Amino acid sequence: MLSLVIFLPVVAALVLIVLPGLSDRLSRWAWVLVTLVDFALLIGMWAAYDVPAAGFLAYEERLEWMPSVGSSYHVGVDGLSLPLLLLTAVIFLACAVYALKERERPRQQAALFLFLQSASLGVFAAQDLIVFFVFFDLSIVGMYFIIAGWGHGNPARSALKFFLYTFLGSLSLLLGFIGLYVGAVPHTFDMVELARHPALQNAPVAAGFVLAAIVIGLAIKTPTFPFHTWLPPAHTDAPAIGSVVLAGVLLKMGTYGFVRIAMPMLPDAWRSWAWLIVIVGIVSVLYGALVALAQTNVKRMIAYTSVNHMGYIVLAVGAAGVVSDSSEQAQQVAITGAVVQMVSHGLVTGALFLLAGVLYDRRESYDLSAFGGLAAPAPRYAAFFAVAAFASLGLPGFSGFIAEFQIFAGSIGTVPWSLLALPGILITAALFLRASQRLLTGKPRGLSVGFSDLKLNEVLSIGALLVMSVIIGLFPRFLLDLIEPAASVVVNLVGR
Amino acid sequence: MELGSDTLAVLPEICVLGGAIVVLLLGSFLPRGRQALSRLLAVLALLASATASAVGMTGPAMTVFEANYTVDAASGVARIVISLATVFVIVLGFSELAETPRESETYALLLLASLGAMVLAGAGDLLILITGYLLASIPLYALIGMSRSPRAAEAALKTYLLGALLGITLLVGVTVLYGVGGTTAYVQLGRALASAPAAAVAAGLVGVLAGLMFKAGGVPGHFWVPDATQAASTLVAAFLTTVPKVGALVAAYRLVDLIPATTDAALLVGILATAGMTLGNLAAFWQDDVRRLLGWSTVSQVGYLLLPVAVAGGSDLALPSLLLYLAGYAATNLTAFAVVAALPHHRTLVDYRGVARIHPWLAGALVVSLLGLVGTPPTAVFVGKLTTLTAAWDGGFAWLAVIAVINSVASLFYYLRWLAPMFARTPAVPRPQPMSNAAEAAAPSIDRRPWAAWSAMAGAVAVLILGVLAGGLLSIVGAPLAH
Repeated sequence: MLSLVIFLPVVAALVLIVLPGLSDRLSRWAWVLVTLVDFALLIGMWAAYDVPAAGFLAYEERLEWMPSVGSSYHVGVDGLSLPLLLLTAVIFLACAVYALKERERPRQQAALFLFLQSASLGVFAAQDLIVFFVFFDLSIVGMYFIIAGWGHGNPARSALKFFLYTFLGSLSLLLGFIGLYVGAVPHTFDMVELARHPALQNAPVAAGFVLAAIVIGLAIKTPTFPFHTWLPPAHTDAPAIGSVVLAGVLLKMGTYGFVRIAMPMLPDAWRSWAWLIVIVGIVSVLYGALVALAQTNVKRMIAYTSVNHMGYIVLAVGAAGVVSDSSEQAQQVAITGAVVQMVSHGLVTGALFLLAGVLYDRRESYDLSAFGGLAAPAPRYAAFFAVAAFASLGLPGFSGFIAEFQIFAGSIGTVPWSLLALPGILITAALFLRASQRLLTGKPRGLSVGFSDLKLNEVLSIGALLVMSVIIGLFPRFLLDLIEPAASVVVNLVGR
Repeated sequence: MELGSDTLAVLPEICVLGGAIVVLLLGSFLPRGRQALSRLLAVLALLASATASAVGMTGPAMTVFEANYTVDAASGVARIVISLATVFVIVLGFSELAETPRESETYALLLLASLGAMVLAGAGDLLILITGYLLASIPLYALIGMSRSPRAAEAALKTYLLGALLGITLLVGVTVLYGVGGTTAYVQLGRALASAPAAAVAAGLVGVLAGLMFKAGGVPGHFWVPDATQAASTLVAAFLTTVPKVGALVAAYRLVDLIPATTDAALLVGILATAGMTLGNLAAFWQDDVRRLLGWSTVSQVGYLLLPVAVAGGSDLALPSLLLYLAGYAATNLTAFAVVAALPHHRTLVDYRGVARIHPWLAGALVVSLLGLVGTPPTAVFVGKLTTLTAAWDGGFAWLAVIAVINSVASLFYYLRWLAPMFARTPAVPRPQPMSNAAEAAAPSIDRRPWAAWSAMAGAVAVLILGVLAGGLLSIVGAPLAH
């Protein structure tokens, strides 16, 4: 079942590529249909999901692949991966709906996005380091072609920078994985085994180096300060739906790696270096917010708020590694908040990037100062942008509030210095309010004159993402019940 | 061991030798227009050789002809890869060769050179190693010079001079090893060298390895590779960057494996690997001719391939990873050359601008092969790189793994310099060309080079399948060397 969910999109992509004479219109609808079916399958899996015992998985599948190097095709889900699988399916569905009006090579675009969807689902379902790496690397390849093939501005250059930078990260990750393999007795790449019997327990120096390789690889992907420089150009030049997938899904692979790989597999090293992670998290929060404040390009601004939002997650996972007496409750809250933040950021930033894409679609500009008073010609657009902005700054009632509240409650409970990151929320609020004001209020001027409002497919795709953010914000229990057991497993693994 | 069964064990080599002789004789008598028969015979001889090797691999590992020659998993895989790679080379070169008057001679030389590579891979004695070296080298000089352009003549001369020079160091190295070990047979040499002076063993090893690096096209014997790749015909370029490497690297592995611990052979090979990866990549960075770029890329690939050689005997994964990487590399590199062969008028990176619009399938094959050479999953070289890195780390060479990873990232840059323009939305600006060439370039060349295009597609599929099925292959090639 899980493999079907993972591979259905890529099979559909092959069909789209191979079948000759498929019309553009048909391929666009086929894309929507496949993402819809995949999403429905995942909903079904969620409905039938039983919380597995600590250290075990639901929907587990295992197939021999490379027995002589201890690697198998091993997939499965738990409370950490299922929310991200669902997020992936939602984001890609929204992209497919948004792209129903695409004019530029829609068939190839649909195939590429379906391929990327399989790779992304694979990353979150993988329970073997090599399988994880395979999908992780393929997601980079897919994204490269999306930016290079459908981007604007200077796409070739941005795509190259994206590919080189994140490829460096993925190979650093691979080195770390090999280190784990060589350090494990018996040698294995199996994630479940490695979490159960951590490698390199008695070799703190080697464990430190392996952790460094893994953390650098994940930090580049996340991205955290100071490894974030590839992100703004990639986002600025990517097509709207490319940015959505990049921010909504691909960045989560980095943060997911922290809770899935780095923390449970190298608990001693993680505890020793947690203070450094906390510092990186705080710096990312503040730096991302401050730089975002200085942007005049909408897309660059949203990109830098991603650095800020990812910083909260890094802060939370770092704080969860600082073990003190009776801090277990706080640690669990921090991890739960981190996972909720992954989902929340995916939904809200996805919506924001789609809204930015609408600007470019109508006027080929992202310049904040070129627009003004959009509320008059495009009231729906204005309403959606305002809602997305409030959701992103963490207003109560939206998913971001639940996430950030938990992250701060958990982090400050273990590391009081986490307070330093609080101004990040204030700055984000300021920059979103200012951006909304510039863009939406006042008399229509500049490029806003004659701006046509959102079309049905845009309303549906952006609206769905925002509605889900509101649902999580108002009724978070259904999501928290899924995440909390898995978060407590991670806390126990790090604390041992 | 009896002579009869010994002869049976080298049936794959006999098939290739017999094929070479028959093709050469046939070519002398057949009229120009009817050389298709010799082509067919060459392919059949190679396929028979591959089949015989595969059957032979089901038997136990052993040494034959009084331990002068080795028949084990390593030589079995090498023989299969060499013969299938040569078949692939012949197929991708069909149309290119049909235009030249020297078709049969080319086949005969290809067969002899691949026989030389097989002998290198199987050699269990330093004297056999010399034979293999000469047999693999001499046909190559002729093959490079065959395209008869001034550049090809220069490349052939360069190759010949370097081959002669490093052939002499090979001979000196063998002499030194024989002098201190008292034997040339690997079986006794390993034990004899343990009590020999370490400095002399090191000197002999350096000499022999220098010769093998010429054959493998690795640093320091690499100077001929970019020139020959650029100047020779595409099928010869594909051949000389693939097949000799297989023989030379397996030979290097056998040699390093028998050097006693008193000499730090691993460090020497590690340094050669580092130099090869780094130099090959740096030199490939700003190349504009696609063949030259591929030539430098193969120099860097030898660097990665030397990782398992460095830890020969030090990790269980060393030999399987080397063989897997060799097989994957052969398929991937040949696929890239098949694309080059299918687009004969696209010589520089600029020419490839917008190619994806006109030839989407060839562009796809090139993406698979070039990203494969970087080591992107799920291609064959990815599993090769993964296992060689693991073997290197396992054998105590974690630093070498780090260097290989950094080099892989660097290599991505120049492969992308080639790939990225292909998907550009605007095609290349036509450059002033001689009249006949311009007319040819305007016509879709895929129609005129269907064999090369189809082999590119088949190669790309093989690269992916090899990557996915690598696990099964690893357990097949997991057997240790025969001693």
